[in-house]
Amino acid sequence: MPLVSVEELADLVPDGALVALPPDNSLVPNALVRALIRAGRRALRLLGVPVSGYATDLLIGAGCVAALESSGVTLGEAGVAPRFLAALKRGTLAMTDATCPAIHTMLQAAEKGVPFMPLRGILGSDLLAHRPDWKVINNPFAPGADPIVLLPALAPDVAIFHAMMADDDGNVHVGRRHELATVAHAARRSLVTVERMSPRNLLEDEHLAAGTIAAVYVEAIAIAERGAWPLALLDEYAVDSAHLAEYARLARSDAGFGAYLDRHVFEAARRSFA
Amino acid sequence: MIQPEERMAAALARLILDPAAPPARHVAVGAASPIPAAACWLLRKLGTPIRLSLLHRPRGNPFSAGTRELFDLAGQGRIDLFFLGGGQIDGQANINLIGTGDWPGTAARFPGSFGSAFMYLVTPRTILFREEHSPRVLVPRVDFISAPGLSPPDVFRRGTAQALLTGKAVFRFDAARGRFTLASVHPGETAESVRAATGFAYDAPETVATTADPDPEWLAALRGPVRAEMLETYPEFCRRVWPTA
Repeated sequence: MPLVSVEELADLVPDGALVALPPDNSLVPNALVRALIRAGRRALRLLGVPVSGYATDLLIGAGCVAALESSGVTLGEAGVAPRFLAALKRGTLAMTDATCPAIHTMLQAAEKGVPFMPLRGILGSDLLAHRPDWKVINNPFAPGADPIVLLPALAPDVAIFHAMMADDDGNVHVGRRHELATVAHAARRSLVTVERMSPRNLLEDEHLAAGTIAAVYVEAIAIAERGAWPLALLDEYAVDSAHLAEYARLARSDAGFGAYLDRHVFEAARRSFA
Repeated sequence: MIQPEERMAAALARLILDPAAPPARHVAVGAASPIPAAACWLLRKLGTPIRLSLLHRPRGNPFSAGTRELFDLAGQGRIDLFFLGGGQIDGQANINLIGTGDWPGTAARFPGSFGSAFMYLVTPRTILFREEHSPRVLVPRVDFISAPGLSPPDVFRRGTAQALLTGKAVFRFDAARGRFTLASVHPGETAESVRAATGFAYDAPETVATTADPDPEWLAALRGPVRAEMLETYPEFCRRVWPTA
């Protein structure tokens, strides 16, 4: 599989695409997210798998996002997601609330190629009233009354994530974050950034194969060193808590967020291309 | 001096040990829950045989497929106890993590429901925990239900709230009656001060007990081995609660 640049990878995400993003502790492709902002991507529909954090807040603040489906939006220890809250208040973001296992289940249905899957729970939650796409039927296998929720298959247009490494065949290693395999299987295409290339085929190594997503699901790969920064990458590097705290502080105001974007998304790229 | 967080962790540990509640062999603790995590570590360090799955720690849980695997495990009934909080909690033990005002939270927006709409119904036992004890949190009726405290008899449900612990008091929840009863008030609080800070109606005995302090053995465990386990994941919490330890 030919390698592309991070900017070229961003070009493969069209305006208006339904884009699946992992949560902050699970291989978020922040270098690619910054490239999407620089490319001026618009009207993205983001899917938090199953929750959303820094990258989602950044994309919303930069005006790239029209809609968000997620089970939770927060910067974790750094507090609330300020640009998400501001966009909700302004009415510029269409929010669809979900619950974590429902998002996993909808992706698992897409992964299996079935139109829906059932899930326990949710009955009695107000989420149901706001999810006309979630249906309740009676369990056809039960002798009596047993209502259960059916969730439609959900196939994202694009899954994006940052893996530890890739090999020449396009297999990518995500370690123990195997839930990313579900997303990659369900999405129509996966675009992946990696820290580095592996000199050997990942699927031919018995130890690495289990934590590897096969090239059959991967459309294109770009190398992005420290591509998850300011978030963590497995045991390779830790979260930059000071940076996230600074983001949380700056992003409280439009001006502060603008200054953050200039410094960390636009100027940083100009420096690296210079 | 005993810290309020130490008292709350000990109170949670006693609730977990309650022999009248369903057994707690496997307890899962979410990312933003240092006090529940401290309670679980306390029991482990004192020799209680519970399996702990700490979702915030890369190696603190048995999952190689993130929360997808946690929810699958819980769906099978293999997580015995979970902790839930709420931006609002009402007297029927409904929790609201969505917001207030019009949907989806035009007055105040909370972070979202996370796994609560599922976990509350499939887990045999839930302990509700919220440090802030005020009329804006403990409301007569939540604006939106992320997860219901009660379900009709035909809805599959393994359990509900056992209790609610706040920064002021412990309440027990009686699912049959759909009502909380004040179990104890923390030192410095009275039955009256708790009543004034609580927006929902609840029952209270004539004489209300004071939440017991952790005994010296528990305190030593909290300040020693529990703190050591927590330091990596909750550095801010440890610095605040145990600054000189």
